[in-house]
Amino acid sequence: MAKVSKSPWMLHYDGSSCNGCDIEVLACLTPVYDVERFGVLNTGNPKHADILLITGGINTQNKPVVEQLYSQMPEPKVVCAVGICACNGGVFKDCYNIIGGVDKVLPVDVYVPGCAARPNAIIDGVVKAVAVLEEKRKKYKKERGEKA
Amino acid sequence: MANRTIIPFGPQHPVLPEPIHLDLVLEDEKVVDAIPKIGYVHRGLEQLAEKRDFNDYLYVIERTCGICSFMHGMGYVEAMERIFDTEIPDRAKYLRTIWAEMSRVHSHLLWLGLLADAFGFEALFYQTWRLREQILDMFEESTGGRVIFSVNKIGGVLKDMPKEMLQKFVKNFDGMEKELKKLTNVFLNDYTVQSRLKGVGMLSPQDAVYLGAAGPMMRASGIKIDTRTLGYAAYSDIDFDIITSKECDCYARCDVRIQEIFQSFHIIRQAVNKIPDGEISVAVKGNPNGEAFMRVEQPRGEAIYYCRANGTKFLDRVRVRTPTFTNLTPLLHTLKGCELADVPLLILTIDPCISCTER
Ligand code: SF4
Repeated sequence: MAKVSKSPWMLHYDGSSCNGCDIEVLACLTPVYDVERFGVLNTGNPKHADILLITGGINTQNKPVVEQLYSQMPEPKVVCAVGICACNGGVFKDCYNIIGGVDKVLPVDVYVPGCAARPNAIIDGVVKAVAVLEEKRKKYKKERGEKA
Repeated sequence: MANRTIIPFGPQHPVLPEPIHLDLVLEDEKVVDAIPKIGYVHRGLEQLAEKRDFNDYLYVIERTCGICSFMHGMGYVEAMERIFDTEIPDRAKYLRTIWAEMSRVHSHLLWLGLLADAFGFEALFYQTWRLREQILDMFEESTGGRVIFSVNKIGGVLKDMPKEMLQKFVKNFDGMEKELKKLTNVFLNDYTVQSRLKGVGMLSPQDAVYLGAAGPMMRASGIKIDTRTLGYAAYSDIDFDIITSKECDCYARCDVRIQEIFQSFHIIRQAVNKIPDGEISVAVKGNPNGEAFMRVEQPRGEAIYYCRANGTKFLDRVRVRTPTFTNLTPLLHTLKGCELADVPLLILTIDPCISCTER
């Protein structure tokens, strides 16, 4: 794990998931798994968030919602797709209303496969996302000519 | 007349893990109308029956909802067993009952945690979810999966639980029951919690019937209906009470769910005592032909499965009617006239499962 200089906050959005992955994401926040020990805090406000955690695929109705949430987050930001549904559509790939995985509309940085993705895998994904975030922050600062 | 304001609620909202959108029409702080907009989780999985054969479709229908995934699978396989006209071995029936009741405990604990989170009692939320992890560990030990564990098959179940494991589980439940008693003391007797729950979101028995409430929502209004009394799986051999309450408010719904958890422990203990030895599945040959209905009592209420087969391996039609769908109308009814601050709480007390509703 890369050295983390800030506490990244996470925004969870349920795309069109079956809930299986959602409750595992919530299970990550509770005592047994507890992502807060990495300084990751769950927030409900996209304007405070650094990591966007999406479960479930994209459909016609939630596409604008996901895009809007992403655009409301400040730079630098990381997208983490949790569950095989969010990665490429999973079992629902052939459904008429599913466009596909999250990468159809947003640039995804970390993929967490599994159906349902296990909390251990989700935590691993979040930790990887934290590392990606750190890199992006450095790059972002360099572009703006600030000291890293 | 006071000015009317419209406040959008959702689809992304801190208290709701799932997307649902409501336009709340307010007069000052009072909600006078709520207009729902759904479809954020619609996938169209009923239609997938045309593309997956009836055996594979089981894995799709289990993913209608990840919380009561086992029950969805059970409803579907029991409907298919009716079409095939097969009788499954008794041991399989008991195993299904045990897993189904464990799912109910897991689902109700999950709900209690979310409820505590909704009225801002973070520590209580963490405690209930910690307790819930024990059930998930037992699922993992007996089936290999934590939330989605696909152990049903048409004609029985895929995995058996040895006697020692069952005994161990019963012992675990004893421990859980003790801890749960402590927690329920907070949920039911704490002054602050009571002040948030009592007298909020009244649903009279007449309205509950008229608007088609289901499950704990209906039983909390004093209507004694439980599909388990129809005696599917092994429920016909097991005696249990139908928990009802007369108070009709959010507190009653909380109370009913808590008592149901204790009732589930009671059912599991009986099932473990009575479970016969023998096979866990029978072979089912050929393609289905005909149609069947199946009603199952899920943690959230009665779910209905309808399957129509045409003699090929693809089903003509699968229809699922889930409890949250019928509970939406009573929800909109209770929302009218409530305070804005109570809206998240009211939405939570129907135990919403949006991915069931929209499939
Ligand atoms: S990956 Fe599986 S468990 Fe997760 S949302 Fe999709 S179907 Fe549900």
